Amino acid sequence: MPHIELPVGLPGILGPMAFRPETAKPLNELAEILLRGPSSLSPGERELIATYVSSRNDCFFCQTIHGAVAAYHLDGNEQLVLDVKESTERAPISDKLKALLAIAGAVQRGGKNVQPDDVERARRLGATHLEIHDTVLIAAAFCMYNRYVDGLATWAPGDPAAYRDPGARLAREGYIESTSGVSAAAARVAN
Amino acid sequence: MPHIRVPEGLPGIRGLFAFRPETAIPLSELAQVLLHDEGTLTPGERELIATYVSSRNDCFYCQTAHGVIAAHHLGGNEGIVREVKDDFERADVSDKLKALLAIAAKVQRSGKEVQLEDIERARREGATDREIHDTVLIAAAFCMYNRYVDGLATWSPTDLGGFRERAAGVARQGYLGVLGYIKAAQRDGGR
Repeated sequence: MPHIELPVGLPGILGPMAFRPETAKPLNELAEILLRGPSSLSPGERELIATYVSSRNDCFFCQTIHGAVAAYHLDGNEQLVLDVKESTERAPISDKLKALLAIAGAVQRGGKNVQPDDVERARRLGATHLEIHDTVLIAAAFCMYNRYVDGLATWAPGDPAAYRDPGARLAREGYIESTSGVSAAAARVAN
Repeated sequence: MPHIRVPEGLPGIRGLFAFRPETAIPLSELAQVLLHDEGTLTPGERELIATYVSSRNDCFYCQTAHGVIAAHHLGGNEGIVREVKDDFERADVSDKLKALLAIAAKVQRSGKEVQLEDIERARREGATDREIHDTVLIAAAFCMYNRYVDGLATWSPTDLGGFRERAAGVARQGYLGVLGYIKAAQRDGGR
């Protein structure tokens, strides 16, 4: 049971977002820019970073929904998402993405863990300053989203298959569209 | 030296805001809603939560900047900020704020650490669902801001003078002041 009284039936972050729309707005806008905005990293790569950090933080809802979004962007390759969570260095992804995931892993433990060597490795493999910036901020932001979701003990469906369709919708429509529809529905129910 | 090339002379998160204005906007709006806009927790109480979490994350820039803003809201009382960082259970703050700081401390380590007893204690001291929600999100958000600032190895002044000078303006006007020059810079950049 969630720690506070949230609208019933909304999984994960959607409950607290419906509870407090004022904070939902910047939270969704941040996710939209970082994960779907113009970038030289593909949406699939960025969702893998989000999924990996959520997995390291042991947040079931976030790692499962963003894993589903990532898989949708990656032609349905759910195995690749599992591979990245298991070992970023052995997963069949580009060396540049491996280097960025190493930075994200350091940020997850604490910002001070990012070493000049980590950044140099990413630079050597072609990562730009903007890509390094966005990797750090995606990792940092998911240290927030994960704590928000689990710190309030929100409810989440237990079957990963239930995340495929919502993941596909988020991948197609984005975080502002998809969640504003849910929140509006919740408000109608509440009224 | 910062890990990426950010505009010189802007310390901490301000350099990052100038580097990436698109994400600066939702990040500033989130801080504004959580720390400055109306709420049943005073701005001083909310800034103490932000300062405490930043201190637990060992982020010098954030704990110093928000510490002096907290002190400004609390009649210039920098002693109380030090007490809270040192041991909030013995600090000269309300029992309700102690209970909320205990929740924030759990969130700083991990969302899953927050237990029903922590919530019950806060309720018993009069905390509302909204106050508990905002405490969890402030703590979670500072786990993001702190990692963002330290993960990119931003520069920070060590002298408190400049922090104190800015604190009065932020305490009065909030966190959206930065958006004016960002939006102006974007307009100029677009021409």
